[in-house]
Amino acid sequence: MKKFAIIATKGTLDWAYPPYILASTAAALGYEVQIFFTFYGLQLVRKDTSGLKVSPLGNPGMPMKMPFGPKWFRDINWNIPNVIQANIPGFESLATALMKQTIANNGVATIPELRELCQEAEVKFLACQMTVELFGFEHSDFIDGLDFVGAASFFEFAGESDICMYM
Amino acid sequence: MNFDKELDASGLNCPLPILRTKKALAELAAGQVLKVIATDPGSVKDMQAFAKQTGNELLSSAEEGGKYQFFMKKK
Repeated sequence: MKKFAIIATKGTLDWAYPPYILASTAAALGYEVQIFFTFYGLQLVRKDTSGLKVSPLGNPGMPMKMPFGPKWFRDINWNIPNVIQANIPGFESLATALMKQTIANNGVATIPELRELCQEAEVKFLACQMTVELFGFEHSDFIDGLDFVGAASFFEFAGESDICMYM
Repeated sequence: MNFDKELDASGLNCPLPILRTKKALAELAAGQVLKVIATDPGSVKDMQAFAKQTGNELLSSAEEGGKYQFFMKKK
C-alpha cells in the first residue's frame, strides 16, 4: 500500500481545504494517509471549526466576488485596497461569510464534512503536543481519534512514505 | 447498459464525486456495475484516473445535456 504523509500548518478556512481534499482523495485511491497537524494547523482538528476564517488582507491572489445577485454583479472583482480592509472592523468575518456562501453555491464540501470523510476512510490524524501546550489548548478542545505526539512519531510514517507534503 | 447501482453526484464538486464513487463501489460485489452521474467537468479525467489507480474498470464515459455519465465495473 502506498503511503502519503501531510504536515498541515495553516489555520485558515482556505488553507483547511488542501490537506483534507488530498487526504480523502488519496485514501479513496487506496493510499494509507497520515496528517500531522502542527502550529496553526491545530485549528483544523478542533471540535469547533467556526473559528476558521479567510483573510483577503495581503492576499492579492484572492478573487473578491459576490456569491449572490445577477451575473454582471457576481462577475465584479471588488479590488479593495489593503489599507481600507485593515480598518473596517469585521472585514474578515464578512469575507468568510461570503466565501462560505460561494463554497455552498459551488457544491464544494464543508470542512467538517471533509474531515469526517477522512476519518471514515481511516486517515490517521496526529497532533503536535508541543504546539498544543504552546498555544494553551486542552486535549478536550480537539475531536476524538487524535494522537498527540512529537515530530519523531511523524517521521516513523513519513520516512516510509511515497509522497510527503508540507502545507 | 445494465447496472447494479446508481449514484447521482450532480452538483457536487471535487473531491466529492470520487469519494462517493469509492463508497458506492464498496457496497457492490466484484464484477457488478455502478452508474455515476456528475456535473463536475473535472470528473471526466478524475474518473479515468480513479479507475487506473484502483483497478476498477471504467466501461464508458459520456456527456449528455451538460451531465456526465460513467459506468464503472468493480474489480
